[in-house]
Amino acid sequence: MPHASMMRQITDFANRANPYPVYEELRRTPVLHEEEDGPYLISSYYDIKALLHDPRISSDAANLAAAGDDALDQTEETGGLPPSFLRLDPPEHDRLRRIANGAFGPPHRPRRIESMRGQMRDIVTELIDGFGDARQIDLVDQFAYPFPVTVICRLLGVPREDEPKFRTWVDPLVASLDPDTGRGADDTDHRKTAREARMQLGMYLAELVEERAREPRDDMLSDLVNSRGPDGAMTMMEVLSTSVLLLIAGHETTVNLITNGMLTLLRHPEYLRRLREDPGLSVNIVEELLRYEPPVQLVPQRTCIGDIEVRGVTIPKGSRIWLVLAAGNRDPERFEDPERFDPDRGDIQHLGFGSGIHSCFGAPLARLETQIALSELARRLESPRLVEDPPPYRQNAVLRGPRHLGIAFEGLR
Amino acid sequence: MAADYVEWLRREGRIVIVGASLAGLRAAETLRAEGFAGELTLIGDEPYEPYDRPPLSKSVLLGMASPHHTELPHRWEIDAKWRLGVAATGLDPTAKRVRLADGDEVEYDRLLIATGVRARPWPKPEEARLDGVCLLRTCEDAADLYRRLKAGPRRVFVIGAGFAGSEVASACREMNLPVTVAERAGAPLVGALGGVIGAVAADLQTENGVDLRTHVTVTALEGDPAGRVRAVHLSDESVVEADVVVVSLGSLRNTEWLQGSGLGAGPRGVACDAGCRAFDFRGIVTDDVFVAGDVARSPHALFGYQFLSLEHWGNAVAQAETAAHNMICHGAERRPHLWMPAFWSSMFGVNIKSVGVPPMGEQLMVTQGSLAERRFAAVYGYQDRIVAAVTFDNTRWLEFYQRQIEIGAPFPVEYPTMDRRPEGRQPVDARFPDPSLPTHGPMVTLSGYSPADQQLVFHPARH
Repeated sequence: MPHASMMRQITDFANRANPYPVYEELRRTPVLHEEEDGPYLISSYYDIKALLHDPRISSDAANLAAAGDDALDQTEETGGLPPSFLRLDPPEHDRLRRIANGAFGPPHRPRRIESMRGQMRDIVTELIDGFGDARQIDLVDQFAYPFPVTVICRLLGVPREDEPKFRTWVDPLVASLDPDTGRGADDTDHRKTAREARMQLGMYLAELVEERAREPRDDMLSDLVNSRGPDGAMTMMEVLSTSVLLLIAGHETTVNLITNGMLTLLRHPEYLRRLREDPGLSVNIVEELLRYEPPVQLVPQRTCIGDIEVRGVTIPKGSRIWLVLAAGNRDPERFEDPERFDPDRGDIQHLGFGSGIHSCFGAPLARLETQIALSELARRLESPRLVEDPPPYRQNAVLRGPRHLGIAFEGLR
Repeated sequence: MAADYVEWLRREGRIVIVGASLAGLRAAETLRAEGFAGELTLIGDEPYEPYDRPPLSKSVLLGMASPHHTELPHRWEIDAKWRLGVAATGLDPTAKRVRLADGDEVEYDRLLIATGVRARPWPKPEEARLDGVCLLRTCEDAADLYRRLKAGPRRVFVIGAGFAGSEVASACREMNLPVTVAERAGAPLVGALGGVIGAVAADLQTENGVDLRTHVTVTALEGDPAGRVRAVHLSDESVVEADVVVVSLGSLRNTEWLQGSGLGAGPRGVACDAGCRAFDFRGIVTDDVFVAGDVARSPHALFGYQFLSLEHWGNAVAQAETAAHNMICHGAERRPHLWMPAFWSSMFGVNIKSVGVPPMGEQLMVTQGSLAERRFAAVYGYQDRIVAAVTFDNTRWLEFYQRQIEIGAPFPVEYPTMDRRPEGRQPVDARFPDPSLPTHGPMVTLSGYSPADQQLVFHPARH
């Protein structure tokens, strides 16, 4: 009887609720190559860390296409928009990321994120108040999704009321990031849908960006389109692909981080109790969450531009690589008792935000949002408990998280 | 017997640490963290609790941090006797006693030497005493220099374009002060990074408005009748008027107090084994004297077991932790100090980082980015191996190159790398200055194989 390949087991929806036994098996072969022309799966912490800093590993979508990936290569660089910096190598990557950073963080906008703390708290309060007299909620639809969406909309300068509109384009784009190896025949349809969605989303944002070019406001779209630093300006197309990236990455991953966070805390009620008493604990809790249940489980978009030797295995030039972050995060070679959720561990480190030049651009935002969200939920929900465990999951194996999370509680504080 | 001694030492022994800066503090904390319950004494010649020095040439000069508030955070309660503001003046290893400047003597069962380095003063004492002639090493130096820069001098003159001198020049330009930098070699940073990278640093300085003079030395500092410095005379016979002169000629190791102690100590530091135990001048390792930080020179496996002297923040921390651990454990549990040399600097808005031992390198290859854009990663090769790497605004790749050094990866770098430009396809001469010429603080020096070597400058043989 043929054994299901590890790749297939990772993408198999049946393993979505608990993929960690699969990752444990995967780590037994830290450099795994299952099929000719298939990717090399890397699953140990130190190897992943090293490859994230390796200048022979390209993120360029064009290299990936050349390596023969059909499921992944067609989403970003088509649809009329150039690839975002996530799918580019230096020097283009560096230039675009520097300009984008000029609109987001230090040194040019050192207080942009921190100054949103009050607003974030207000949004969270409003959403929790909105639970009203209900004694059961779906955390995803009623909190974990609307919160980061509202935040990223304000940050970018996208009208919040347009969410139903852009959501219809975001969903197929996010789905296309899922390397579902069993998709087969509908693949072309999927790609076509994604391509169209990306174009639509770009056109929608183009209107807003043009408005900001004429009348700048205090938001990131304005900064992106009007940036004239030492790196020059972004082209209109670059502004659009950057904006598409920030809009999607700015909430899709945070939804899962918050939801995984509440799920994990409800499974470890002693930390929920401690967080209620000490909101400061949210810092360590979020870091440990990023290790224990990372919202991006794997990076399936890298290609070798030269032969690379990892643990005695030569990965030939042109090969695709999957860096399985979630497996590395529970690597016993790096972490003591890795399967235990332990915000008290002295040396919380993780691959949850990646590492190297592509390390998560929005990390400071995601951290702050999740810290506020979890400490407020812990403080305000009276005796919360899970309605079902495990909850139903989203299809996506890369951006993994529950589709719904039913929480019952006694009341609001 | 030996085992009993360690148990006794851990319980009620006396450990004395001479040097109350970064290495001394981190060692003290490690001793306590690892269970040392005996008596702990820290001796420091400065009257301050341990403080952090890197900000002194950066944010402090810009007024963004106070020179008196860069205290190092205490990571552990150390319950120590502090003898601050009094220098150690002598060591009798047989009687196990440290002599202090105030005539006092402190007895120890085990000693850690962490006396570090001091700024090399201007060699002519009369000129050095002129008002406006400054050094930069201590927080008092930084407070004095900050006050003078803030007063808006007509021109600042920096002698020596090593890292510290270049950082001072950068701070001056950020404050919009006219600044002249004089350098004996052909470019800034050549001692640490060689002439190819030095040329990039030179462009960086001149483009930012520094009046950079290379291939010159300062022959005299001229004072006015009131004893204030007024002008600087150069070997090319030019004269530059300036009312602040910063002497940035590297450092001297604080080992004079060890004269006559019988230890392998000299101008290049105190020799110790990889376990941080000091050698005596005969090359025999001592049992009860340990060394850590800038003052130590210890053999490194990755660099042919030559003794390596490192003036690096990270080295001081790592070596202090290793020394402290080894001071209170049994022989079999001792660890070697195998720290990969690494340092960072920032000047004119550029982040510079390096790993390995660049001055060991004969050739250089720009593997990513471009020198002209001043964003790049470059590696140094010696005898067909990568021995060092440097990045300008490209820090995130450095980990990779560190690993390449650790595994002894071949040089030149044949494999393709992202963003390799035509200029990076061939190795070039790294252009380190003639090793017989003194340079101001390369910050990392290979210093031969002899634990008692007193020779001042040593570099690997070149062809």
